[in-house]
Amino acid sequence: MKMNGARILLECLMKEGVDTVFGYPGGTVLNVYDELFGCKEIRHIMPRHEQAGTHAADGYARATGKVGVAIATSGPGATNTVTGIATAYMDSIPMVIITGQVPTALIGNDAFQEVDIVGITRSCTKHNFLVKDVNDIAPIIKKAFYIARTGRPGPVLVDLPKDVQIAKTEFCYPESVELRSYKPTTGGHPRQVSKAVSMLLASHRPVMYVGGGVILSNAAPELTALSRLLSIPVTTTLMGLGAFPGDDVNSLGMLGMHGAYCANMAMTHSDLIVAVGARFDDRVTGKVDTFAPHAKIIHIDVDPTSIRKNVRVDLPIVGDVRDVLTKMIKKVEKSEGDQAAYRESLAPWHEQIAGWKEKHPVSFTRSSAVIKPQFVIQKLRELSDRDAIVSTDVGQHQMWTAQFFSFTGPRTLLTSGGLGTMGFGLPAAMGAQAAFPGRQVIAICGDGGIQMNIQEMATLVQNRLPVKIVIINNNFLGMVRQWQEMFFDKRYSQSCLELPIDYIKLADAYGAKGFVASKPSEVETVIRQGFAEPGPVIMEFRVAREEKVLPMVPSGASLNEMLLNA
Amino acid sequence: MRHTISVLVENEFGVVSRVASLFSSRGFNIDSFIGAPTNEEGISRITIVTHGDESVLEQITKQLNKLIDVVKVIDFSDGSGIEREMALIKVTAEDESRAEVLRIVDIFRAKIIDVTSRSYTIEATGNPNKIDAIIELLRPLGVKELVRTGAITIGRGAKGWAG
Repeated sequence: MKMNGARILLECLMKEGVDTVFGYPGGTVLNVYDELFGCKEIRHIMPRHEQAGTHAADGYARATGKVGVAIATSGPGATNTVTGIATAYMDSIPMVIITGQVPTALIGNDAFQEVDIVGITRSCTKHNFLVKDVNDIAPIIKKAFYIARTGRPGPVLVDLPKDVQIAKTEFCYPESVELRSYKPTTGGHPRQVSKAVSMLLASHRPVMYVGGGVILSNAAPELTALSRLLSIPVTTTLMGLGAFPGDDVNSLGMLGMHGAYCANMAMTHSDLIVAVGARFDDRVTGKVDTFAPHAKIIHIDVDPTSIRKNVRVDLPIVGDVRDVLTKMIKKVEKSEGDQAAYRESLAPWHEQIAGWKEKHPVSFTRSSAVIKPQFVIQKLRELSDRDAIVSTDVGQHQMWTAQFFSFTGPRTLLTSGGLGTMGFGLPAAMGAQAAFPGRQVIAICGDGGIQMNIQEMATLVQNRLPVKIVIINNNFLGMVRQWQEMFFDKRYSQSCLELPIDYIKLADAYGAKGFVASKPSEVETVIRQGFAEPGPVIMEFRVAREEKVLPMVPSGASLNEMLLNA
Repeated sequence: MRHTISVLVENEFGVVSRVASLFSSRGFNIDSFIGAPTNEEGISRITIVTHGDESVLEQITKQLNKLIDVVKVIDFSDGSGIEREMALIKVTAEDESRAEVLRIVDIFRAKIIDVTSRSYTIEATGNPNKIDAIIELLRPLGVKELVRTGAITIGRGAKGWAG
C-alpha cells in the first residue's frame, strides 16, 4: 500500500517501539502532525519550547535506556533544539531528532523558516541525515535508531523536507541495518581482559573509577559484583552516580573538582586505576601532569577516541563495559583461591581510605537559623521514595545533590554532566515522568536555572505529569558567585538575581501548587506537603545565600590540593 | 611531522564537510585536502596532508574512524605510499627566458600545455617535493599563476586498500 512520507515516518517510529514523542508543530511538519492526529499508538507531548522538548526526550532516554524522540519544525524550531542535542551528545544519550525542512526545491534559497540544520548540528550529533527522497525515509530512520543506540550512543538528527513528507511510496521497513563503514567494537579483547585481571590481582592500592558509560551499558550489577568479589574501592564521576550503591562499604563517593576528599586521595595514592566508561574529564583529573602519579591505568571504553585522549593509559580495552566486566568476573572467579587472599591483602589500603573518610567526610555546618541547602538535599533523600528519579540543573544545587543525595541505583540521577546545561532539570524530569507515570520524579533546580525553562510548568499541568520541582533559592547564580568570591575578589558581577519571585503565585498561575520554606524548621513540612500533592508542585527553599560547595579542587590544581573549607 | 592520510568514505551527502569540519573543530591543521570518487561503487577517497606529533595523529585517525561514513583510514606516515601531485604553472616567457623555461620543463619532464608570445603554461606532475623544486626554479622568471592539486597517495605493492 502506498503511503505518504509523513505516515511512513510514524510507521517507522512504531516499528522501533516508540510510544512517546516530544514535539512542537510548525509549517514544515504539519503533514506529520496531520498523521499524528488521532494516532493512538504514539503519545505526543507538546512542550512550550523546542529546547525543552529535546531535553524531555533526553530525560526519557536517560531514565528508560530507550531512544528518546523529539520533533521540531524547520528554522527556529530546529535551532531551538540545538542546546538539547549538544547536551545529549556530550553525555552520549541515544536520541533521534526529527526536524522539518523547507521543500527540496527551496533548500539553499534562504526560504521562509529555512536553516541548514544538518550543517549546524554536524558537530553535536553522532550523525545526521537530510532525506531527499521519500523512498529513503524508512532506511534512514532504521539507520538513525541503530546509530543512536549502538556503540557509544548519541543523538542522531533526521531533516525531512516538506515535499518528501507529502510524496507517496510503498512502505517497507528494512529488517536489518548494514553499514559497511560503521561497526563498533563491543566485545572486549580476551587477551587484554586477562591482562587486566592479572594487573588487578597484582595491585595493592586499586581503585575503580566509574563513569556514565556503566549506566549507558546497563552494567551496574556487573560493576557491583566485581567490586564485591575483590573488595575494590569504587569512585564515580557525576555521570556515574547510581552505577554503584552510594551507601556501599566500598563506595568512595564522587571524585574530582567537588568530589569527596577520600576519593581524590585514593586516586592520588592508588597504584592501579581501572577506568570504566569514564573519559578523564578535566573536572575529574584536575591538573593532568600530577594526576594519579603512581598508578598504572586500565581504560575500558566502547569509544576508542576516549582512550589516551587526556591521560596516558597502560592497558586499553575497547568494548562494551558490560561485556568486559562480565569477562573479568569470569576470569576472577576461575582463580578461586586467590580471591580471599587478595581481599585480605587490601586491608592496609582500606584502612588508609577509612582514615581519609574519617578525617574529612563530606559534610556541612548545620544551622538552626538559616536553611542550609545541603540539609534540604539530605531531607529530600530521607523523605523520598527509594526509587525516586532526580534531575538537576547545573551549579551549586547540582553538586550538593551529587554529594548528599546518595544515589543507589542506575538511571535515578538525570543531570547534564558534559555540557552543563542550565534549564535542563525541569524538562528532563518531565520526560522521565512521562516514561514512569507512577514513580516519584524530583527536579532539583537553582533559582537561576528554573527560569530558563519555567514555561514547561504548563506542559506538566496539561499532561498531568506530577513532577516535584525543588528550587534551592539563594537569590544568586550560586556557582558563579562562589567563583567570583574565591577567584575574582568578591566582585559579584551580574550574579545576583535580586528580584524576589513569588513561586506560590507562579505555580498557581500555571494551575499547580507551590510551597515555600524560609526557616529550617519548615523544610520537612514543605517536603511532606509537596510529596503528598498529587499534581506538579513547586517547593521553594530560601537557603543560606553565602553557602559554598566544598570541598573544591580549584581549576588547574592537582586532585590532592583540595580546599576543604574557605 | 608531516603525515599523509587516505580516507575512504561513503559517497554520501555532506561527507566532505564532515571530514573537513572534524579537522577545523579540533584545531588540527590541513596542508592539503583532495577528494574524488574511486573505482568502487559509492566510495570516494579523500587524501589529506596534515602535520602534528604522534598523539595528534592518533586522535585524528581515531576521530576519522569514528565518523559514520568513513569506511577506512590509511596512514602513510611509515612511507608505505607513493605520493603524486599535479601543478599548472603559468610563467612569463619572453625573449631569452623562453629557452630557459623550456630547459626547466625538459629537466622535470613536465609539459607545455598552452603557449602565447609572452607566456608558457606548464603541466608538472611528481611528488610534492619535485613540484616545489620546479616552482622555485621558475619563480625568478615570473610565475603569473599557480594551481596545485595537493597530494594523492596510493599504497605500494600488489594489494589494494581493501586487502
